[in-house]
Amino acid sequence: MAAARSASTRLFQNRAFLWLCLLATNLAVLALAILVVSILWQGWGTLDWDFLRSTASRKPENAGIIVPLWGSVWVCAICGLVALPLGVGTAIYLEEFARRTRFTRIVQTNILNLAGVPSIVYGILGLTAFARMFGAFGSGADAGIELGDPESLFYLRLPFGSSVLAGGLTLMLVILPIVIISTQEALRAIPPSLRAGALALGATTWQTVWGMTLPAAVPGIMTGSILAMSRAIGESAPLLVVGSALFLLATPNNLMSDFSVLPLQIFNWAQRPQAGFHDLAASAIVVQLVVLLAFNGVAVFIRQKLQKPLL
Amino acid sequence: MTTAPSNLTPMTDLTRLGRPKSVAVRKFRERLIVGSLAVAATFSIFVTTTILVVLARETILFFRFPDVSLGEFFGSLEWNPLLGAEKHFGIWPLVSGTLLVTVIAASLALPLGLITAIYLSEYAGSRVRAVLKPALEILAGIPTVVYGFFALMFITPVLQKLNPTLEGIGTPESPISFGGYNALSAGIAMGIMILPIVCSLSEDALRAVPRSLRDGAFALGGTRFDVSVKVVVPAALSGIVAAFLLAISRAIGETMIVALAAGGMARLTANPAAEVQTMTGYMAQIFGGDAPAGSVEYQSSYAVGATLFCITFLLTMVGQYILRRFREEYD
Repeated sequence: MAAARSASTRLFQNRAFLWLCLLATNLAVLALAILVVSILWQGWGTLDWDFLRSTASRKPENAGIIVPLWGSVWVCAICGLVALPLGVGTAIYLEEFARRTRFTRIVQTNILNLAGVPSIVYGILGLTAFARMFGAFGSGADAGIELGDPESLFYLRLPFGSSVLAGGLTLMLVILPIVIISTQEALRAIPPSLRAGALALGATTWQTVWGMTLPAAVPGIMTGSILAMSRAIGESAPLLVVGSALFLLATPNNLMSDFSVLPLQIFNWAQRPQAGFHDLAASAIVVQLVVLLAFNGVAVFIRQKLQKPLL
Repeated sequence: MTTAPSNLTPMTDLTRLGRPKSVAVRKFRERLIVGSLAVAATFSIFVTTTILVVLARETILFFRFPDVSLGEFFGSLEWNPLLGAEKHFGIWPLVSGTLLVTVIAASLALPLGLITAIYLSEYAGSRVRAVLKPALEILAGIPTVVYGFFALMFITPVLQKLNPTLEGIGTPESPISFGGYNALSAGIAMGIMILPIVCSLSEDALRAVPRSLRDGAFALGGTRFDVSVKVVVPAALSGIVAAFLLAISRAIGETMIVALAAGGMARLTANPAAEVQTMTGYMAQIFGGDAPAGSVEYQSSYAVGATLFCITFLLTMVGQYILRRFREEYD
């Protein structure tokens, strides 16, 4: 034990620690404020409707973000359409059906580990498994198998190449563990008495899940899913590996189109030596942050309004 | 003799969870659903296996190149696959670059994050929380490429303003003078990035400590400082350490900040003002189009990726072990 301290020393310690706390906390808020203000300062001047409607250009004053903006929409839509059913299904199985066997413990540990895998490693996986398909359909850029007309909406080719489909599936791998873990937490928060009630009325396990547990957990699942999707919108390293195009003049028109996404466009512009492109990058960041804020706002709204206390 | 209790069937109608169906149809449907859910759950195992197979296969292909060996990979202190006549593939410069940036980020974010967490959990009233929590959530949601841009366009110029003051510090071989790319700038941005992770996970751990412990410490005459730092923090230590490890592993795996702000020169240095390259930064450079597919440089990035995967995997496992092994159970 430490030596006994006088009351005044202890009170001073107490006071000093509180000041330290306030200092640390304010530093975090200050960092956020500086970040937002400095980017707004730099990006505000070049942010207008033309910027949102223009394609890529070698001149900063003509360049815009319409192509990466639509690229983000396509990629994130594919990512969400696959990751959400798969993730929610996995979570339901693990929480509601699986007995606590060795297998489920391995699956559980594995999901926690997947959540810790760096996103660029998922990029490598996406490049090999989706863009190249392990070289099973020939290597290089030329397609092994083609279905349909390259201009139509239903064009498909194998391997996928550096397409919106490959990009979306790669992002799906990144957010899948996040969706699973947040859905599991939402399901765990449902009191067991609700399930017991349904089961006591003779419902099967699935009927209990579909009729009682899942509806009660929907706000929690939606909050987690929206946060996972906002992660997907901002993710860029895996798509850099899968191979997004840097200079595109057309928005995607089918699953096999080349793509760029907003964060990669920011990356690309920030890397250029010309200051004009740096301002454009700042403007694109403002757009990106507005989209993300909207997503987070919806998540907060759902959490506050729809989540009724159970019991 | 029937095995299914017949009195269960009429009960189903009471549940109003669908039209009444025969037991056989219901059982079949149930089995189909459970089966497909189980397939979904197995998918995650499949993902892990594929990651391992891909990394292993491509890394072996890298070591098959004539001028590459496992001994050089772990023995050489030089990494220059793109420049110069003689190529060297020693992983240590990339590891040290990663470590340097991570240490800077951690020394910033771990203390600040923990103190903020203590403040949020033990001191702050609901009004302060209502402002602080959303601010931290926004910080957590900002894409990493934005932090990279911030480091390159704001932090680095600020650091460069310090250069005249710093003249004469450091050795002639590695002077403390900030260039356009440096480890400190990337480290600071990364620190801001992992701060919310440290903070929210530590706060969860602190809040999980039962109230009775605090009440007991207060009853013994402890100040709020005594209670928070000497009772609550030690009780939540396993969760806090796990939060630290998770944040560090996130920093090690982070790509876009270092790709933008840390530079592209792999070298063994502890100088925070120096341009360094991290493992992720190298991979971004290669996959971003600096090397033709199939070349030895291109293939080397898989070996770097495998190393990165092993490090972060190890950190995650240690974190989970600490959580399980050292968790204090009250109740």
